[in-house]
Amino acid sequence: MKALLFERSLPRFAAARLASELRTGAGARVGPLRLADIDDPQPHGPGWQRVWPRLSGICGSDLATVDGRSSRYFEPLVSFPFVPGHEVVGDLDDGTRVVVEPVLRCATRYIDPPCPDCASGQTNRCRNVAFGHLHPGLQTGYCEDTGGGWGLNLVAHDTQLHRVPDAMSDDAAVMVEPVACAIHGALAGAPGAASSAVVIGAGTLGLCTIAAIAHLRPEIDTVVAVAKHPEQRRLARELGATTVVEPGELRRAVRRGTGSLVLDSGQLTGGVGLVVDCVGSDASLADGLAVVEPGGRIVLLGMPGVVTVDLTGLWQREVSIAGAYAYGTEADGRRTFDHAFELVAAAGLERLVSARYPLERFREAIAHAAHAGRRGSVKVAFDLRKEKRR
Amino acid sequence: MPRPGFVLDVDRSTPPTLVWHGEGFRLERLPAGSRIVYAPEPVAALRDPDAAVRHALDHPEGDSAPLRAQLRAGMRLTIAFDDISLPLPPMERPDNRQRVIEAVLDLAAEAGVDDVVLICALALHRRMTEAELRHALGDRIYDAFAPHGLLLQHDAEDPSALVHLGKTDHGEDVEINRRAAESDLLVYVNINLVAMDGGHKSVATGLASYRSLRHHHNVRTMQHSRSFMDQERSELHSSNWRMGRLIAASGVKVFQIETTLNNDAFPKAFGFLQKREWEWTARDRASFLAVSAATKRSPARLSRSIFQSMRAPHAMTSVQAGEVEAVHRITTEHVYRQQLVPVDGQTDVVLFGLPYISPYNVNSIMNPILVMCLGLGYFFNLYRGKPLVRPGGVIILSHPTPWAFHPVHHPSYIDFFEEVLSTTTDPIEIEKTFEERFATDDWYRHLYRTGHAYHGVHPFYMWYWGAHALEHAGGVIVVGGDARAVRRMGFKPASTLRDALEMAEDVVGREPSVTQFHCPPMMIADVG
Repeated sequence: MKALLFERSLPRFAAARLASELRTGAGARVGPLRLADIDDPQPHGPGWQRVWPRLSGICGSDLATVDGRSSRYFEPLVSFPFVPGHEVVGDLDDGTRVVVEPVLRCATRYIDPPCPDCASGQTNRCRNVAFGHLHPGLQTGYCEDTGGGWGLNLVAHDTQLHRVPDAMSDDAAVMVEPVACAIHGALAGAPGAASSAVVIGAGTLGLCTIAAIAHLRPEIDTVVAVAKHPEQRRLARELGATTVVEPGELRRAVRRGTGSLVLDSGQLTGGVGLVVDCVGSDASLADGLAVVEPGGRIVLLGMPGVVTVDLTGLWQREVSIAGAYAYGTEADGRRTFDHAFELVAAAGLERLVSARYPLERFREAIAHAAHAGRRGSVKVAFDLRKEKRR
Repeated sequence: MPRPGFVLDVDRSTPPTLVWHGEGFRLERLPAGSRIVYAPEPVAALRDPDAAVRHALDHPEGDSAPLRAQLRAGMRLTIAFDDISLPLPPMERPDNRQRVIEAVLDLAAEAGVDDVVLICALALHRRMTEAELRHALGDRIYDAFAPHGLLLQHDAEDPSALVHLGKTDHGEDVEINRRAAESDLLVYVNINLVAMDGGHKSVATGLASYRSLRHHHNVRTMQHSRSFMDQERSELHSSNWRMGRLIAASGVKVFQIETTLNNDAFPKAFGFLQKREWEWTARDRASFLAVSAATKRSPARLSRSIFQSMRAPHAMTSVQAGEVEAVHRITTEHVYRQQLVPVDGQTDVVLFGLPYISPYNVNSIMNPILVMCLGLGYFFNLYRGKPLVRPGGVIILSHPTPWAFHPVHHPSYIDFFEEVLSTTTDPIEIEKTFEERFATDDWYRHLYRTGHAYHGVHPFYMWYWGAHALEHAGGVIVVGGDARAVRRMGFKPASTLRDALEMAEDVVGREPSVTQFHCPPMMIADVG
């Protein structure tokens, strides 16, 4: 089958990293990703089904991988070569339209009894991602054995599949997975602990997080969004941000909104109760620490990698930083994906799908995704609906 | 004998005209048929200003007794003086304030007055630095008072240092500096650069609190001051006069000393700025070329620092002292004598070349809000009778309008620009929705009281200052400005004057009348 294949090649990793230093997304031209004709992935036993992707999104973590900028932390958690793509809406062989929940957990590895986290529904925290029946892989799209959404087909376990309502468009359905991530970040922290929040970053994750807070955290009445580009700012307002600022304006905006004073270091004396960092850079985390109130919480939703930041303020102000990876079961006992299906429909998040490309134009697609904000776009996806099955 | 100001009719033989453009200039050729309004030449200075000051103190105006007769041992004497916003550019030493205060202190010493406090009447402006105070007052006064805590800067946010004297018959709160109000005599030392300054405004504004100022520093007052350079038709002045009379009725004894300056604003090296272009000598042309080339090549920061270090050879043209209103009538006559230029009729399009300095960016950055204030607040209002531009006409400003702010001096301006102007540019909406929050923000209060920041509400006043122009004009175009900053303020950017004139035609029609207001030097268009 035709697929974009990501292989282990140190020279190509290095080339991708170097190229991406010059221009984000350039790793697709010189790196380990290539269009290939490969064998179909095979079901691994009972409960596995073939999925024929219709749309498959390009995510920030995909871009980091393609550009060779992913943390080495992931090395033991993926298996090469793999077909990327974990934001997938596709068809089963019987024509049922499904969204794939890509997290590979104990159930997909036939590990029984499951680890305590899988047993409690926190499948995103599965302790066996490098063990068991499958080769290592955090998710579909990072595992040699499953295939991924950037190929003509993949295999997925029943526990990963969510039927798509007939009324839901493909554009809406492909947004379910990133929206689930955003919801998981937005729901982090004790309900009622914050009445104001900051969302740093207004790409797909940031915008979906704004929508998630607006719909699922009614106690938060003030959402300050940091958005770099005009279209992002427009969407942030539409989706529920009460204040939208450019990156350099965040501290001043939060200071104004909270009536804080400012120390010489730029640290606010007050701040907001919840910061959701959808960027994960040194600068975004430093901003988060500057604007979070004492005792507040910073949720790292954007994949951070190696960052350098002064944590003295975190210590002195008893701030907590929490990771929010993927999705699982939320505090209300519902699966995050169930929330996500509802939110996509309620907030009309299919509008965030801006462009679709065939696999052959993957370099253009990745370049577009890497500069989506600047180009007035949000989600870029591969469109496989016209591909012939073999 | 200095020549009066006049209006030049531009024809094909008219040389290009100098248009101020921040820390630089543009030479522009205006369409034939345009007019250029030139300022009067500097009127003669007082031959012996110190003697004139002493004479004024001994021969007061109105029903005031001579100053020496009002001074006695054991009394509380407060001397308040204008702040860094006057004059523009700052004048060469000695400053008028130094001359006058030294004379007042001599009389106080003769009378044995030993409870003397100096207060900088800065209202909601920033506190002056030591260097600025030394420049205004002279080292002798500074060294005699500052180390002993007797040189104060008015603090409009210190409740214990304010006293509420009552309300005018229009319901306006009058709250001023307690030390000034409770002194046996308050001497106010003023520099009257433009017709708006002085009179009751000195004490009622310079020593007031936000609670008091908000009654006349608001959109309604500005829109009803036609203009605020014309006291007879200025709601700003009516309000200050009501307050001033209440202050007097409350028993506060004010001895007002007002001085006027000629408009000799630029040192010799910049002498071409005082002249009409066709009278430039070879030396003037060389100076112009040298300054223009240097400013074009220098980083903005260096150009700013060069221009801000300029000291004006302003000379004192009059000094009068005594009862506030009597003094100010004479002062205004002197200001008009220096600055009035008769202009016959309004224009479709007015061109204001804006210089590097305004009252609120001395030793600082002319941020976009101050550009707006200087153009639409000050320059637009430099008229008597009717505005120079007709209703629905176009105002063209020339200024680089950088998206740049002085973080120490103008912190609330940054927030105003980022938050308020990105929401609305309508002064009424701005006043209604945002003013109170900024005015009562503890952080701005802190910076105003302890640092060198303008008060949190100050950018609002700057915007209100232009409210009449915004209501009056059909459009505002900024030539050579940062396009993003210009658009943020609701104006249109143009790369060249020619483009701006073409854009103006969309508003006022083909072949509009065009008038350049060639200021500075300072003047007032007396539009008939």
